[in-house]
Amino acid sequence: MSQETQFWKWPEYRYTEPDKDWRKAHIITAGIDIGSVGSKAAIMLDGELYAYSVMRTGGVSEATSVKAMEWALKDTGLKKEKIHYVVGTGYGRVNVPFASRTITEIACHARGAHYVYGPTVRTVLDVGGQDCKAIRCDEKGKVLSFLMNDKCAAGTGRGLEVFADLIGIPIQNLGEVSLQVEKDPPPVSNTCVVFAKAESLALLRQGWSKEKVAAAYHAAMADRIADLLARVGIEKEFVVTGGVSKNHGIIERLTRLLKIQPLEPNMDPILAGAIGAALFAKALQEKQLGLR
Amino acid sequence: MIVAGIDIGAKFAKIVFLQDDEVLYRAKGIVGFDVNKSATSIFQTALKKCNLQPNDIARTVATGMGKGEILQKEPIKASQAVSEVVADATGAWHLRQTARTVIDVGAEEGRGIKVTEDGKVKDFVINERCAAGAGTFVETMARALEVTVEDMGPLSLKSTKAVPMNAQCTVFAESEVVSLIHSRVAKEDIARAIHDAMAGRIASMVLRVGVEKDIVLVGGVALNQGFVKPLQDELNTEIIIPEFPEFTGAFGSAVIAKEKSQ
Amino acid sequence: MKAHYGYKDGSGDFFIIIDTDLCNGCGDCIQVCPQNVLELVENEFDIECDKMVIVKDNHRRKLKYSCGPCKPVASPKKTPCIQACRQDAITHSW
Repeated sequence: MSQETQFWKWPEYRYTEPDKDWRKAHIITAGIDIGSVGSKAAIMLDGELYAYSVMRTGGVSEATSVKAMEWALKDTGLKKEKIHYVVGTGYGRVNVPFASRTITEIACHARGAHYVYGPTVRTVLDVGGQDCKAIRCDEKGKVLSFLMNDKCAAGTGRGLEVFADLIGIPIQNLGEVSLQVEKDPPPVSNTCVVFAKAESLALLRQGWSKEKVAAAYHAAMADRIADLLARVGIEKEFVVTGGVSKNHGIIERLTRLLKIQPLEPNMDPILAGAIGAALFAKALQEKQLGLR
Repeated sequence: MIVAGIDIGAKFAKIVFLQDDEVLYRAKGIVGFDVNKSATSIFQTALKKCNLQPNDIARTVATGMGKGEILQKEPIKASQAVSEVVADATGAWHLRQTARTVIDVGAEEGRGIKVTEDGKVKDFVINERCAAGAGTFVETMARALEVTVEDMGPLSLKSTKAVPMNAQCTVFAESEVVSLIHSRVAKEDIARAIHDAMAGRIASMVLRVGVEKDIVLVGGVALNQGFVKPLQDELNTEIIIPEFPEFTGAFGSAVIAKEKSQ
Repeated sequence: MKAHYGYKDGSGDFFIIIDTDLCNGCGDCIQVCPQNVLELVENEFDIECDKMVIVKDNHRRKLKYSCGPCKPVASPKKTPCIQACRQDAITHSW
């Protein structure tokens, strides 16, 4: 292992829907979701997803938002100026210079989840790099109850990154590794990431395998997320979005705790916030045109 | 008669031998993986330094988060365990009988205690299980700033500019410190921001029990002048720091041991 | 909508819950809060709706401390914001 290895680093990616043509669209909108760790751009044609990009948020959010947008548009021939309405959301939403307005990420996530998973969705859990959101909504995607925890790193992607670095396993493999135990050990007792890290280190020194410590850490994180969900109330159907939704170690344990299986997405759930923002953009553009 | 008080904290174990009303000896050592073993080695070294045998200690009282590890357990066999709040209050009041508010900031916990005229605990509030409310916060930030914990205080006192810190979580604050370094904010101003943030949290905690003079600050973080100054400013009053503030809990336990033996 | 502002950390749960269906935007809670924690803003959740009371962003990550002065250990009682709300729209989780 070279000293340069950084286990928290995940790969960036983009996509264009090959069967869609922006030249035939009436309303072209974009949603830019600037998270603390990842920045997402979604381009929608008449309310349907056309192209997107997912990148790591750089030091300067303004520059990242421009880059994410340009990358999403790459090779489509579509220019930024042709987009009718852009909504910024997420932690860095005020740093999207070309956005027409900003909307809170809670509302965007609920709406985006409805697009990604369908109108039966009632509970949306979003675990991002620096926060954890629990949202309960109705059949129209209207928010009934929500909470957002962005004070504490426990129960966020950042908490997982700290742990990935501690045990030297790439973050995208962490969840699988945590499932390689026959039976879950008791969860790490400390919530605070700083204390949980020290506790995990002590467990490793006691001779626990990396897998077993990872299981204890993931179990504690799932417990904590379940507690937060209980506060807003859990109702079927239940979905998980955000970067941490890709961690099976968390999802499997959460399913066991809640006794509800989350819905499988038919597209990348990390995009929910950006898609929701683009859908708000469409509604706002229609309002501006006097169409609603 | 000689009695002992042992305070097994998250990072350090502190020991105080009391002969009648005088402190005979005090020592501290790092608490390792095996708590009992660490405490025993500190205890035995202390006995040796004082030319004492284990039987010379009439009574031993334990406090601190690791107190259970030595209570009635060989070889220290503490006869009693007292809560950190009681040990702090007793210790601080015996050092300063005018103390009415005792603030203890240790590695993993912060405490605010209201003390009666005769040194009993009236009310208390504890900040626990979150590193942002205790000494670990400053220690972690020092690492991010690449300075020693000891240098944090003097560095921060050199600051000429107040910089706000937004993160309320140690892990997030680490990233914030790194980005402050990248945006070329002076190290001394960052050190001050760290202490200001910490002092703000401790002051708010103490306000919940009410601030009554005299205020005595104990625990390891009391040695950090960079923290004491903003805490003084936040509470808008003078703060008394006893000599050897980090031994207050151990001293209080020894006082209790003495009182019980009489 | 039940809006939960605040956080859960190792030391506990610290949320102010505002029921936006009950809140009529009178602002009485804002007047009585000695720490200036609350504010009246545009409703971002529903682009057709009017104003709503929220917990200010800079207080959301330190509510335990911001609300400390209204929660003395010795004499716990209803906080001024809860007392002031005639709609019973505000609750605290701790």
